[in-house]
Amino acid sequence: MSEKKNPVATEAEVTTFSQTWLSSLLEFLSGTKAFYFLVGLSALVVLLAAMFGVNAMHIGFRHAYGVYREIPWGLLISGYVFFVVTSTGLCIVSSIGHVFGVKSFIPIAKRSVYLSVVTIVAGFMVIFFDVENPFRLPIWNTLSPNFTSNIWWMGTLYGAYLFFMTLEFILLLLEKHRYAMLSGLLGLISGVAAHSNLGAVFGMLHGREFWYGPYMPIYFIASAAASGCTAIIFFTYLGYKITGERMDRAMEMSLQAVGKIWALFLAVLMFFTTWKLITGLAGGEGKVLAIKELLAGKYALNFWLFEVGFGLLIPFFLLLLSGFRNLNQMFAASVFAFIGIFFMRVDLVVVGQIVSHFFEYKVTDFPVLLKYSPSIYEIMVVVGATAFCIMAFLIGEKVFKGHKTEIH
Amino acid sequence: MFRGIKEWLLSLKNEGVEQVPDETKREFLKIGLIITGVFAGGSLFSVVSKVAEGLASPEELHKGYPYKPHYSMVFKLDRCIDCELCMEACRKTNHVPDYGWRTMILRRHDETALDQKTLFMPILCNHCNNPPCVRACPTKATYKDKKTGIVRMAYYKCLGCKTCMVACPYNARYFNEEKHAVDKCDFCWESRLSKGMTITACAEACPAGVRIFGDLSDPGSEVYQLVHQLAKPVWVLKPETGARPNVFYTIS
Repeated sequence: MSEKKNPVATEAEVTTFSQTWLSSLLEFLSGTKAFYFLVGLSALVVLLAAMFGVNAMHIGFRHAYGVYREIPWGLLISGYVFFVVTSTGLCIVSSIGHVFGVKSFIPIAKRSVYLSVVTIVAGFMVIFFDVENPFRLPIWNTLSPNFTSNIWWMGTLYGAYLFFMTLEFILLLLEKHRYAMLSGLLGLISGVAAHSNLGAVFGMLHGREFWYGPYMPIYFIASAAASGCTAIIFFTYLGYKITGERMDRAMEMSLQAVGKIWALFLAVLMFFTTWKLITGLAGGEGKVLAIKELLAGKYALNFWLFEVGFGLLIPFFLLLLSGFRNLNQMFAASVFAFIGIFFMRVDLVVVGQIVSHFFEYKVTDFPVLLKYSPSIYEIMVVVGATAFCIMAFLIGEKVFKGHKTEIH
Repeated sequence: MFRGIKEWLLSLKNEGVEQVPDETKREFLKIGLIITGVFAGGSLFSVVSKVAEGLASPEELHKGYPYKPHYSMVFKLDRCIDCELCMEACRKTNHVPDYGWRTMILRRHDETALDQKTLFMPILCNHCNNPPCVRACPTKATYKDKKTGIVRMAYYKCLGCKTCMVACPYNARYFNEEKHAVDKCDFCWESRLSKGMTITACAEACPAGVRIFGDLSDPGSEVYQLVHQLAKPVWVLKPETGARPNVFYTIS
């Protein structure tokens, strides 16, 4: 750790910094064939997805996407939520170590911080192709802010979050742990604030019964923590599988700790989900319609198999089965959970909009329950963002040599 | 000589209007209006709204109005015959593309109703006093006009995030590709009111006097008189959302 009080970088530090980049580049150039193949393949998918996205912009989202006037938010918003929840989760869980100094969480820190940057960027990539005028965003977000808008707070705070997390990662690379911790703390604060605002984007729409209320911001944070644990176990396990390296004791202990926190948050989510359903069924007519559709209608498979099965129960029992020691089982749990979480986001976004605006007036112009199915364009944009994460993960593992951390 | 005809006429049964397609109804009305200039719509389909969907909050009505003029629209619901001249006028006046609408006429249908089975319900932006869309917009691209209370758009600021579309309980917004922004009813502010006209295109085009437009803060206006009375029910749509709309429904 640096002993200097002066925060201005010295010549030596600048040299260290450029050396870091140079060694990173050299490291990248020393990859195996399989590495280049996988990175190239995911880069190709990213490129293809970008072409789909740009084409959609060109022909107009109305023609390219499955969303429409009555259901303006579809797979892309779900995808965005998925990626930013994962990012915030990675930040929250890893902060236990690198911000609050709990030793057993330190080994996972670097990889988590790196991946939280990667996943937030993936989220921004998705939203870029969802917003009709993305280039107006930086201009009017600055010149004409609406402080009552959760979208404004979310966008602005996530901007700050990206900055702090990137800075933290660089500081971690430079072994400047005190500044890294400070940056991590600011990242954590802006991340949690941004993420609860994302929940409030839904929770504060007073015309939308399914979402309205304080539940959403709270649920989003709990959900983020669970997603973060999923991502840490998934990517750390894969990171070690790729290199074939043996995990040291500290890392094993770290994953066990993450597993325990994960089980706790899965239980919290089960509890939340149960009460959301029970209170919803006693709610207004519109809410009951939506919840019934989720439980026994078109979204029942999504809900019972993917959300409840893949997302909550299977990972929970696999975790218990693993005794938080069997990493293979924990990894399997994280694969199930990732799939389940994606469906959770889709259901959360879409089911909130399926009840027709004027259903209570027995209007025949719209069905009581509206339909939405994503187009190939929307699917490709999300696939592209996923490929970007895979690519960035692989490069990260290679360039930063498995994100090793020395404990000080 | 005429007795036979009279008997034949008397023997004819009323076929009712339930089976007549809308297209025919509209055509019939247009012909009638063109030839006679007399309107016959209201009495043909008149019905008392079965349930008042929720009365507008009385405090809100008597507290005084925050805007001057406080623009408002009152629908005499039983008079609407779905001729859609209002929609046509709106399209032409405000250049609304065929894939969107600023105002539309919903058809309520209830087979179990004791009287007529169908009732037409025109809708447009409710220009709410507590508009969910305005609160949600990140860039103030949609805003409540400080003078008139009209919920307007600054098109150039619109990011197209569509949060306002999700926020609106009345489905009053759509994304306009030509404007690269969300578009909505502005009570014809840009196309008419700002140019000195006093009534919206839809209200002017309505042959049945369904749409009454005016200043709710002016005791001399028709909208004021329609809303500030107790004899007939006056209601707003979806009062439970707390949006406090400025579009009211009543019967003639």
